[in-house]
Amino acid sequence: MVKTSKGAVLLIALVSFMLAVVIVSPLLYCLSASFMTEKELYATKLLPAALSLDNYRSALRVAPIFRFILNSTFVAIACTAAQLFTGSLAGYAFGCLEFRGRKPLFLLFLATMMIPGNAIIIANYLTMAQMKLLNSYWALILPYMTSAFCVFNMRQAYMSLPAELREAAIIDGCNSFQFFLHVGLPLTVPFLGSLGIYTFLQIWNQYLWPLLVTNSIEMRTVQIGIGMLQNSDAMAYGPVMAGTIMILIPSVLVFILGQKTLISGLTAGSVKG
Amino acid sequence: MTTQPARASKTRLSFETVSPYLYILPSLLLFTLFVFYPFAKTIYLSLNLTDQTGSAIQFVGLDNFKSVLIGQSSRDFFFSLQITLKYAAMVVTGSLALGLICAILANEEFRGRGLVRTVFAMPMSISSACIAVIGVFALNPTMGVINSLLGTNIKWLRDIHYALPSVAVVTVWMNIGLNFIFLIAALQNVDASLYEAGAIEGANFFQKHWHITLPSVSPTLFFLLIINVINAFQAYAQIRLMTQGGPGKYTRTIIYAIYLEAFQNNRYGMSSAMSVVLFIILFVLTLIQFKMEKKVTY
Repeated sequence: MVKTSKGAVLLIALVSFMLAVVIVSPLLYCLSASFMTEKELYATKLLPAALSLDNYRSALRVAPIFRFILNSTFVAIACTAAQLFTGSLAGYAFGCLEFRGRKPLFLLFLATMMIPGNAIIIANYLTMAQMKLLNSYWALILPYMTSAFCVFNMRQAYMSLPAELREAAIIDGCNSFQFFLHVGLPLTVPFLGSLGIYTFLQIWNQYLWPLLVTNSIEMRTVQIGIGMLQNSDAMAYGPVMAGTIMILIPSVLVFILGQKTLISGLTAGSVKG
Repeated sequence: MTTQPARASKTRLSFETVSPYLYILPSLLLFTLFVFYPFAKTIYLSLNLTDQTGSAIQFVGLDNFKSVLIGQSSRDFFFSLQITLKYAAMVVTGSLALGLICAILANEEFRGRGLVRTVFAMPMSISSACIAVIGVFALNPTMGVINSLLGTNIKWLRDIHYALPSVAVVTVWMNIGLNFIFLIAALQNVDASLYEAGAIEGANFFQKHWHITLPSVSPTLFFLLIINVINAFQAYAQIRLMTQGGPGKYTRTIIYAIYLEAFQNNRYGMSSAMSVVLFIILFVLTLIQFKMEKKVTY
């Protein structure tokens, strides 16, 4: 690296910190407002005089936020586990096995990335209605049990395993599935980790699909829950901000704990800079 | 590991030729059910008149498309398209530029860089619904912090000039995280000797990044451009929660119009026709971007 002068470094650090403050400010503003009294909110104060938990209490009274969190957690974990499983299986086949039609099938899988999800969401909704699955966990989970993104990245992962490894295992009498189970899966854990975190966040943050396929309060997910809080009383921003903080905590926590894995994995195989 | 008895080797051989397909079968089934089938169904519905439940009742050929593109709904549709293009242009330029600036800054060495990187990447973990409600609060004319900081008295989300940019700014914030992550990874792969050569030539900070960094990360920028454009065209949550497509139709993007057509007017055929047009637009845009990439990248 070329050495940058001391003054320049200081300037870069200063600009970076200012930008970081700007980026994080909406969240701090939300956190601060969630503790304010109604009076303070109307006076557009930046910080509350005391930490009042009233907004949290009334948010929990208006909407069963813990139920929403439970629903979202269950759906996000189920989808993530399913995507990692189906993605590993397909990634292994595309990355390590020889078979006729491998290339066209892989291209067919990739083609699903070209079809904008929100453009086919109405047809999927009608399918769910016909299958009488509306307002169930099945409706929330089924369409998101696999993804081209996951298959593509797992294929990269399996292609990165040395070919000799598999040859040696086969000579030792390991069949193809045993190799996948006992060697492939453990060796691709770093990829599974980053993909898992990414998928979890994607599903946790979904809006349109859960909005369409659920209609009872017990089945709603967190993001729809926020809209509910917002609609319950047009001016009650305190409880809305409190509710937002409560549903932000799980996803921000997952991000902070997993960011190293997430960032190294997401950027390792997918794009060549 | 057990050795297979010789007798079984022939059946194993044939199983070995079938088994690769078994690995891809789960994904293939799911894609068929929830991507290919609905895609075909969308095209089918776009050629039909539908009833309240979304079943086709009469084949009408290209009538829905005629209505969307040249008939009675065309004015609304092209207005929505114009809104979507404006929105996408603002969101994509904003979030790519900011993502790149963040990446260039956080690629330099200084104390506290780790924290700065975490903050720059963090928006990717925040849902559009969350940031949208925070935006609604911040932009509230009387209680929001924006008017009070700027000393203005603007009804941000109720004004035809400010509503779309307001939603776009919130979306830019959301997109910074992912763009930052991919761009900083690309920056770390830039050949250091290029910068050394640049330093010898006496390039300053801006020349260095304009002449070396930008061309070096252009493949990543193109990749992100495609993703950002597709996402911008599909934005829904922030529009629903911030403006409901208003004021008037000034934030009614194509996806929002498609949704209204299906679930408010129960006209699934029309809504499917609009979805097909949206798909074609996105397909053409992506092709153009690929063509551009071939021309521009070194």
